[in-house]
Amino acid sequence: MRRGWPHSLTKEYRLNKHLYLMILPAFIGFITFHYVPLYGIVMAFKQYDLILGFQDSPWVGFKHFASFFNDPYSVRIIRNTLLLGFYSLLFGTLPPIILALMLNEFTNQRWKRIFQSISYLPHFIAIVVIVGMMVQLLGPDGIVNTMLVSLGLEQIYFFNQAEYFRTLYVTSGVWQGVGWGSILYLAALTGIDPELYEASYMDGANRFQRIWHISIPGIMPTIVILLILNASDVINVGFEKVYLMANPAIYETGDVIQTFVYRRGIVDRNFGFATAVGLLNSVTSFMILYAANRIARMTKQNSLW
Amino acid sequence: MKTTGFGNKVFDTVNFTLVLLLCLMIVLPFWYMFVLSVSDPFKVGMKEVALIPQGVNFKSYMAVLQENQIVNAYWNSIRYTVVGTFMVIVVACLTAYPLALQRFGSRKAITILFTITMFFSGGMIPTFMLIRGLGMLDTIWAVTLPAVFGFWNIIILRTNFQSLPRELFESAYMDGANDWRILFQIVIPLSGPILATLTLFASVGFWNAFFAPLLYLTSPEMHPLTIILRRVLVANEVLSSEAINSANSLVMDPIADAGRTTSIRMATVFVTIGPIVLIYPFVQRYFVKGILVGSVKG
Repeated sequence: MRRGWPHSLTKEYRLNKHLYLMILPAFIGFITFHYVPLYGIVMAFKQYDLILGFQDSPWVGFKHFASFFNDPYSVRIIRNTLLLGFYSLLFGTLPPIILALMLNEFTNQRWKRIFQSISYLPHFIAIVVIVGMMVQLLGPDGIVNTMLVSLGLEQIYFFNQAEYFRTLYVTSGVWQGVGWGSILYLAALTGIDPELYEASYMDGANRFQRIWHISIPGIMPTIVILLILNASDVINVGFEKVYLMANPAIYETGDVIQTFVYRRGIVDRNFGFATAVGLLNSVTSFMILYAANRIARMTKQNSLW
Repeated sequence: MKTTGFGNKVFDTVNFTLVLLLCLMIVLPFWYMFVLSVSDPFKVGMKEVALIPQGVNFKSYMAVLQENQIVNAYWNSIRYTVVGTFMVIVVACLTAYPLALQRFGSRKAITILFTITMFFSGGMIPTFMLIRGLGMLDTIWAVTLPAVFGFWNIIILRTNFQSLPRELFESAYMDGANDWRILFQIVIPLSGPILATLTLFASVGFWNAFFAPLLYLTSPEMHPLTIILRRVLVANEVLSSEAINSANSLVMDPIADAGRTTSIRMATVFVTIGPIVLIYPFVQRYFVKGILVGSVKG
């Protein structure tokens, strides 16, 4: 069948009118919930006035952007966002790959499946529960501090000291995501031609050599693709977890762009300013994704588009 | 492949042990919280409880299930999840079907229109203004409808529809069956596993949602479990049942009170993650297949 627009408009209507009816709800929904907010970005260039409303609020050009860069906190939240994202990527990339390689070496399929199921579980648990769990374990009455005290050491207030925030955020993220992250690598490993392993066995390769020379090259394209996809997360640090974990005492490390936007926009009702900051965030995020894709292309690996 | 020989045995044992340790690290925190929720409050308060339950009782669960706020939040979580998931599945089916058909003239244009939304979004504030402008603040629609229109689900389902044997529904079409009948009587019944996967993902998403309820639900009686959990677990707010419990105890005992509070908090956690942990073993064999289908073309 030909691609594109295969027939006249009348024929298209006669043939496919039911299809248009089917897709109508999604069409309306995507326009409403995605494209209308995209248009709402013009608020970044307006001084939002509750009485005048969205349309009639006066234009202010780049005033909000300027005041963001003059804000004493702007450097701090950009630094925090990037560092948190960077550490998550740095420490979060390798563990799923290693877990997948280890599971792939299992000869007992039953245990492999059981361990896989266990390792996926935290992915399905709400962030608020994970954070609550950390508070319970690491709080003043938690098991960790109880042990520290019984060993004659001082209590540590993990959630009130800025220097622990990043470590806790990244570690708990790896804990929660390592199993789920390994799924795609495991699938890629299953796709490797078994004859390669047979041949290496004939040549007397040991298990490590097989992993190094067959398994890892076999999943390299997957690793690159996922790195590209995750690269833009460097700036899209999850709002929920930071919001739940941080408190004003540790904003020095625990305040990121999204939580800043939330406070200035939703809490303080400074809509124009918060929209501007959010816009900077999404533009940067897209640029990182684009750049990562370009780099991947230049190295002649797979790319997204 | 042969895995005999001493070296291989050592490798397998070490490998097994390391993965086992990782799994223990994942399971033990949950187990610890569960033990706290069923143990004797005094022992919990004395911090004598670690991995072995002591004085097992389910009073904390009784207290949680008698707490009006939690019962109400439970009901909210259930209705947001059911309504939201239902809409996700209906919209995904209705949208994926036309996009899977070659003869649908606007296929490319609509795919591009929807794909753009995966890369660009208006962000938190414009979306909030829209929801407010539509009068949806503090209603079930604010926490369900926006999440319905995600292209990811639709792509996964479309890819799956395209992989069905084409002759099946094209011959039905030639025989004069209209698109609605083909979708509901042929295509959907053949897509059981993928629909189960999408249902799981969508319902877990709604059940665990925190961001949308935080932004859009202002009155306490609309709050789902996640918002209550934040107040209880993270902000250390004391629920009324905890206060009543300690008021009712005949002897003033700060240690037992502290233990009781901890116990009740942990019970709240398990009441919340209970449904997921209970259905998880039954559905998990589907979702691996599901995520792979999604990644092939995504």
